[in-house]
Amino acid sequence: MRRRLGISGRQTIWAYVFLAPAFLLFALTVFFPMVRAFQFSLYHWPLGSAPKVFVGLDNYERLLTDDSLFQKALVNTLYFTVATVIPTLVIALAVALLLNRPGLRARGVFRTIYFVPVVTSLVAVAFVWRVLLEPSFGLVNGVFRLFGLHGPGWLADPAWALNGVALMTIWRDVGYYMVIFLAGLQTIPRDIYDAAEVDGASRWQTLRRITLPLLNPSIVLAAVIGVIYGLQLFTQVYIMTGSPQRLAGGPSDSTTSIVLFIVQQAFRPLEMGYPSAAAIVLFGLIMLVTLVQLRLIQRRFEY
Amino acid sequence: MRSTWRGQGALIYAALLLGAVVMLAPLIWMVLASLKSLPEILTYPPTLLPKSLRSANYETVLTQSNYPRYFVNSIIVAVLSVVSILFTSSLAGYAFAKFRFPGRDLLFILVLATLMIPFQVRVIPLYVLASDLGLLNSYAGLVLPSLVDAFGIFLMRQFIQSIPTDLMDAARADGASEPRIFVSIVLPLVKPALAALAIFTLIVSWESFLWPLLVASSTDLYTLPLGLSQFAGKFLTRVDLQMAASTLTVLPLLVVFLVMQRRFIEGIATTGGK
Repeated sequence: MRRRLGISGRQTIWAYVFLAPAFLLFALTVFFPMVRAFQFSLYHWPLGSAPKVFVGLDNYERLLTDDSLFQKALVNTLYFTVATVIPTLVIALAVALLLNRPGLRARGVFRTIYFVPVVTSLVAVAFVWRVLLEPSFGLVNGVFRLFGLHGPGWLADPAWALNGVALMTIWRDVGYYMVIFLAGLQTIPRDIYDAAEVDGASRWQTLRRITLPLLNPSIVLAAVIGVIYGLQLFTQVYIMTGSPQRLAGGPSDSTTSIVLFIVQQAFRPLEMGYPSAAAIVLFGLIMLVTLVQLRLIQRRFEY
Repeated sequence: MRSTWRGQGALIYAALLLGAVVMLAPLIWMVLASLKSLPEILTYPPTLLPKSLRSANYETVLTQSNYPRYFVNSIIVAVLSVVSILFTSSLAGYAFAKFRFPGRDLLFILVLATLMIPFQVRVIPLYVLASDLGLLNSYAGLVLPSLVDAFGIFLMRQFIQSIPTDLMDAARADGASEPRIFVSIVLPLVKPALAALAIFTLIVSWESFLWPLLVASSTDLYTLPLGLSQFAGKFLTRVDLQMAASTLTVLPLLVVFLVMQRRFIEGIATTGGK
């Protein structure tokens, strides 16, 4: 008995030793900054020589009732998230289902091609799409013209700019979620499909009653990742909507996202307090949406 | 029955092929435009292939920007991040998978909780921290937010759980020390997971943009995405140069991907993280 206690005591010490590097770094770069984000959000603080001034919840009040740019950023970010996540997941799922059909040839080639945009640098392809979406000579409207249609003004038009950013994001992310779905599909045993076929189930029935429910964990994972990622929109907007006249977020703030708002408020001129409150709102939004999603989606497909 | 299947099969290939064209077209357009002159890019109807192969755009990019330096910086930051994340994740994953100790479940929940606190939420305090530690405009500052990763710990824990504990107990009975067991028994058995995690971390590091944008103030420390955005800002109307610089930025990781694509795709499939 004493010996066993000795072993478990040693085990405990070693476990803590092995955990120490990760937790020291988490403390330094995640937990401590998170606590400070809350703290900063209660102050007015132009970083540098000026002192911090405690303002309580003023920053939040100003954000949520008084700042139309932040409200716009909030709406834009939510719109972008919905407008990218749903099409991306639907297309990725469709591609994965097609690629997963038995007897399909060149499966590996297709999988590679669909995945290529994922490994491209986001900044680089944002520049490419900025040109592709150019209203007069851009490739996208060129395709519209092939069908005799007049394409929209995309990034130059406040009503279409965010759609342009969303289009590029969908293009880039489909392959990523396709891989998640393919991995999920592989865990579904073939026997189930054989049994369904014996029972005379139609393709559609098989998809609705077998594939989708069994793929539920992958769908939940993909939706949660997609939404968290969508709410963090920054790089595409920064690159695609910047111009010499205006850093980014245009035209007429139609593409300003929450993170772009945070960065612009924090660093032009330096102010750590007010944008920290915006960061906390973003944090709350991510928590809320993730929890609601886990609930809803789980219930929907529960078997 | 058979002929309808064939018809359907053709339809599936057609759909997949169309999708593949859409996936590749922007990148092919980028490469072709990088070889064209500016007036040729802007002509309508557009030319498909460049009238003549010219490398002038690339020459301008290489002389007007410090591309090789950006490339090296990106590699330095990526290597630092990969080494740190592999080290911390495998050690912590091992502890969570194979040790019993007070507070284990709570600590593991804490790890997962960090997933709910994305970098963008912490960016301002992280900037203040980097400033307080004197790390602004340094490699250490560039890599600061990318040294530890909850997904990595989660992944390593899953993998290490599947290793039979007998192996470790046998080594312990032979008098092997715990660090020794970790290095010579655990690590060799989880190489595939380490490779997946390394690739995943590399992708994330390679495209990191917001943090370098804030932290790197001297061009000597610019990483590729930052160098590209700065270069394109300088030549805002020169689409030809932008496409050459973009091609140079996309190419390195694309080549690595095409060479090791199986590992990439398996990596994403197993980590599932972003």
